[in-house]
Amino acid sequence: MSDENSSVTNEKGGMMEWVDARFPATKVWNEHIAEYYAPKNFNFWYFMGSLAMIVLVNQILTGIWLTMSYNPSAEHAFDSVEYIMRDVEWGWLLRYMHSTGASAFFVVIYLHMFRGMMYGSYKAPRELLWIFGMIIYVLLMAEAFMGYLLPWGQMSFWGAQVIINLFGAIPFIGEDLTLWIRGDYVISGATLTRFFALHVVAVPIALLLMVFLHLVALHKVGSNNPDGIEIKANKDENGIPRDGIPFHPYYSVKDIMGVVGFLIFFAAALFFAPEMGGYFLEPPNFLPADPLTTPAHIAPVWYFTPFYAILRAIPSIAGSAFPGVLAMGAAIVFLFLLPWLDKSEVKSIRYRGWIFKLMLTLFVISFIILGYLGMQSPTEAKTLLARVSTAVYFIFFLAMPWYTKIDKTKPVPDRVTH
Amino acid sequence: MSSDAVVKSEAVNEPVNTGRRRFLTISTAVVGAIGAGYVAVPFLGSWMPSKKALAAGAPVEADIAKLEMGQAIKVEWRGKSVIIIRRGEDVLARLTEVEEKLLDPKSELETQQPEYALNQHRSINKEYLVLLSWCTHLGCSPTYTPEVRADWQGGFICPCHGSKFDMAGRVHKGMPAPSNMIVPPHQYLTDTRVLIGVDQGVEA
Repeated sequence: MSDENSSVTNEKGGMMEWVDARFPATKVWNEHIAEYYAPKNFNFWYFMGSLAMIVLVNQILTGIWLTMSYNPSAEHAFDSVEYIMRDVEWGWLLRYMHSTGASAFFVVIYLHMFRGMMYGSYKAPRELLWIFGMIIYVLLMAEAFMGYLLPWGQMSFWGAQVIINLFGAIPFIGEDLTLWIRGDYVISGATLTRFFALHVVAVPIALLLMVFLHLVALHKVGSNNPDGIEIKANKDENGIPRDGIPFHPYYSVKDIMGVVGFLIFFAAALFFAPEMGGYFLEPPNFLPADPLTTPAHIAPVWYFTPFYAILRAIPSIAGSAFPGVLAMGAAIVFLFLLPWLDKSEVKSIRYRGWIFKLMLTLFVISFIILGYLGMQSPTEAKTLLARVSTAVYFIFFLAMPWYTKIDKTKPVPDRVTH
Repeated sequence: MSSDAVVKSEAVNEPVNTGRRRFLTISTAVVGAIGAGYVAVPFLGSWMPSKKALAAGAPVEADIAKLEMGQAIKVEWRGKSVIIIRRGEDVLARLTEVEEKLLDPKSELETQQPEYALNQHRSINKEYLVLLSWCTHLGCSPTYTPEVRADWQGGFICPCHGSKFDMAGRVHKGMPAPSNMIVPPHQYLTDTRVLIGVDQGVEA
């Protein structure tokens, strides 16, 4: 189809030829869409990348519309969100699309990351692709955190209070650093306006740039696949990978089907449970921020709770809460290091031995348990469980160079399987 | 560099002076970096508290005349709440009782209280405790829980991560909070008027 197109433009000397002489439109279209060969054995897990793009578009679009009615000041922020919810035409829908979209983003991204871990998508030559993806994840957490302050509810205020004070635990500079971040002795209007600026301008620009780089890196090395086989190693006489199919129309159509499936769940959450029983929007956030009253129970939104549980699990040492903060940071830094911690010769879980499968399962279980514990008030038993889960979480990474080396792998076939 | 530098106009194919080129590249980069550093100052500096925020950090006065035994009042100082409680003899007696459970019973960490509050009851006046209602873990406001129970001699419990403090704001062992609650600088203007934000002995 693409050949036909290019010959047509060449013969007729039409509009596209005029454009192509000035801008590589056809070249880019072919290289990245019509003649971009992706492995033919993609499964369910490969929907997540395109879904993340859809959610990103949703967030940007609804976000722009929300700024039209939102008022970023300590006096009016809470009221303006209520105004959006009650008085602005379709405001409730735009706002719920944005808040549900935030949680959907993390659902999709966590599945996307798990896919990478399952099929070894971070391994050579995709290290930079993984690093760019991790940077997107960190930016996304910053974006979500700052966005959560904007409604100026009780949980907005006290959640931000707790997170900003994490920096206060850094030795020597901590106190001044928190003062600098807040721009006041407490979280105030000054904090709100700067978070607003970062949330709607700075971080989205950085996010879009990183998504672009993520795709450039992806198209340089090509997608991994459930077999973890490099399809570029086996090309036919035309230089086309034998196990590859053009992204368009094959995967463009398949991804659209994925989007349809996703939107069914998204719309169900959006229309029937936009607060998701307090998981997407927490109950205390329906009260305006009050600097003098801490809500009875503070928990971050669900997508932060695993790291929050790690923070709480680490006891303070020598009068400093810094070790917990350090552990929480390390929990994310280790993810960046995956490409170099994994010494296995095979990529995909399909050809790995039982040790990796066991470790990955334990890792996922510990992550889910930590996520649950991060929402609960701490008790002695829960703290113990959090400590065990934290240990499992870190052992997965720390022992990885060792167990991926001794793990018995299966021979990897030359061609992808069905 | 010296003789080569006197270039005749027709000597276009003269060999490149790589030493000079490297010097110029590096010096340009260094000067550029210094310039960028200066440009960063207003951007980073604008995040510090504004004059208005600094002015709002002024001292506040609290009237404790109507405070009954066991009661607490809260006043706002620098946007944080300061809690003032009135403790009876029974409460003060339990301060010794609870000490084996505490991490820093002698308040040895200097930053947590001014010198004039460095005593067992952590206050100027035994009866009244002036305390920043600010958990030393992550800044939540601990709940005043004076009721004595089986395993609890009264004090403050943080709603965020469960840190416990005694009736003098001293932290229990094994809590997420690493240190005792902070006694802010304060002084008594009269027996019933406390000024928070200015140390004792300093002209208010």
